[in-house]
Amino acid sequence: MSAATTTGPPSLPTRVRRAVTDARALTWRNLLNYVRLPQLVVFSTIQPIMFVLIFRYVFGGAIQAPPGQSYVDFLMPGIFTQSVAFGAIGTGIGLAEDMGKGLIERFRSLPMAQSSVLVGRTTADLVRNSFVVCLMTVVGFVVGFRSGTGPLAFLAGIALLLLFGYAVSWVFVLVGLGASSAEAAQAVSFPTLFPLVFASSAFVPVESMPGWLQAFAANQPVSVTVDAVRALMLGGPTSSAVLQSLAWSLGILAVFVPLAARRFRRAV
Amino acid sequence: MAGVNVAAIALEGVSKRFGDVRALDGLDLSVAPGTVYGLLGPNGAGKTTAVRILTTLIRPDTGRARVLGLDVVERPEEVRSFIGLAGQYAAVDENLTGRENLRLIGILTHLPRSAVKARAAELLERFELADAADRPARTYSGGMRRRLDLAAALVHRPPVLFLDEPTTGLDPHSRRELWRVIEELVGGGTTLLLTTQYLEEADRLAARVAVVDGGRIIAEGTTGELKAQMASTTLELSFHDARTAARASDLLRPLAGSPPLLEGTRVELSVDDGQPALIGALRDLDRAGLALASVALREPSLDDVFLALTGRRTGADGHDDLNAGSAGHGGGAVPAGRRAG
Repeated sequence: MSAATTTGPPSLPTRVRRAVTDARALTWRNLLNYVRLPQLVVFSTIQPIMFVLIFRYVFGGAIQAPPGQSYVDFLMPGIFTQSVAFGAIGTGIGLAEDMGKGLIERFRSLPMAQSSVLVGRTTADLVRNSFVVCLMTVVGFVVGFRSGTGPLAFLAGIALLLLFGYAVSWVFVLVGLGASSAEAAQAVSFPTLFPLVFASSAFVPVESMPGWLQAFAANQPVSVTVDAVRALMLGGPTSSAVLQSLAWSLGILAVFVPLAARRFRRAV
Repeated sequence: MAGVNVAAIALEGVSKRFGDVRALDGLDLSVAPGTVYGLLGPNGAGKTTAVRILTTLIRPDTGRARVLGLDVVERPEEVRSFIGLAGQYAAVDENLTGRENLRLIGILTHLPRSAVKARAAELLERFELADAADRPARTYSGGMRRRLDLAAALVHRPPVLFLDEPTTGLDPHSRRELWRVIEELVGGGTTLLLTTQYLEEADRLAARVAVVDGGRIIAEGTTGELKAQMASTTLELSFHDARTAARASDLLRPLAGSPPLLEGTRVELSVDDGQPALIGALRDLDRAGLALASVALREPSLDDVFLALTGRRTGADGHDDLNAGSAGHGGGAVPAGRRAG
């Protein structure tokens, strides 16, 4: 009983150290879940590989790449971006599942850094996305993808699209916290992401779309990011597209991190 | 602040609404340190809302809630370091093993690194999960999951423990096993607030009980006080035909505090003292030549208390099954073959 009188709130350095420890522990826990559930393993490995192969060999022949580019080179930056964006759906589903099972309620009753629930979730998904992108890079090289720029620019492209994936994850934190179940989170997620991912420059040149759609497709964040990654990986003018993509990612984070944090404080 | 006289758990005039639903309506509650307190009531009575306020999960609309003297709204982080919560469903990560689940909680509650492993192993041993420690929790039975959940609530040795319907949905065997674990646990000075729909559970585990209905406490006291106040022992007699039952009902009226309840071939008498009434009834029936089919003495259950207080049954799942259990230790049924005389 006396403990209540002697301890106060911990000091700031202690709090920061604990927040890092807690976020790392929950990241580890979320990654273990990815590894242990076969359907999640498939979602993170087989599915991205199939996407590469289907677009490369099934649709690729019918799609006209811009002059001077092979379709596989045009495709890979698009498919990377598509994968990290769809990966964010897992963020929402994971959180909705944890809420449904009462795990979030348990975490909230513990003397832990509350931020670590969302930071641990999105960090785990960032790690998962990094793994998926590495895997797809290997598969891409096997099916003929060649980067026209140096390794540094290539890595900068990967960093840019992982940042974008991380930002989109925070949008789906909000979806997951608001959903009544994992199924509901999934049901909301796909219709939101499909138009963004497919009405974009990811798989086809925007110029092939009808005019009214081009205005949307050319300027939305997925296209902007795909264009920036393409410039970094294949060559061409980079600064404008990269800055636009950075602005989108940072803008999404600036809006959705506080919204998600607020929602989390009220959730459960 | 938290001194010897301060309640370990205190609610003062706490109200909480969810839309049009008034979940808590001015609830007052005080639990002495080191005691087990039962919040008893049907689904929707407000028990879980009270627990969620006390464990900092939601804020009260009005009133104050304190744990060890700390206001849960003003100092939630400190409150969390002194409480453990095991909820209505086993909140464990089913894809992690039992050991990993407990280690995770150990890290999140900031036990020293070296202590995390030892504490997990100790709890697994104590809750008889050592053999299953390295299997994913999804392979556990319902009873094992609840034990793991309870162990997870104890990792950081909280002095105040909240168990929200710890045995709901468990089969009778697992329920009794969990009761044994909880009984062992409260020996060590932990303050425990337990919510339950099972009357036998509150009776068995809690020293004091509050009956909650519609977000308010409608009765409070030791289980013995509540029973003495609200209900008496029941003598249940059944006969081979309704005519004999009716005659017996008239004959035995002087034994009962109130008119006997006659239902077909069954007669129920409310009596103050069970054993003499039973002997008297058997003697009178034997003299009058009325043959019994069976006779049983039923101690008042908390279900009777709830009925007396609200005019309603609790409607809890499986309460029939539990009452059957409590009838057993009340007085014991007398087989029909052993009629007096």
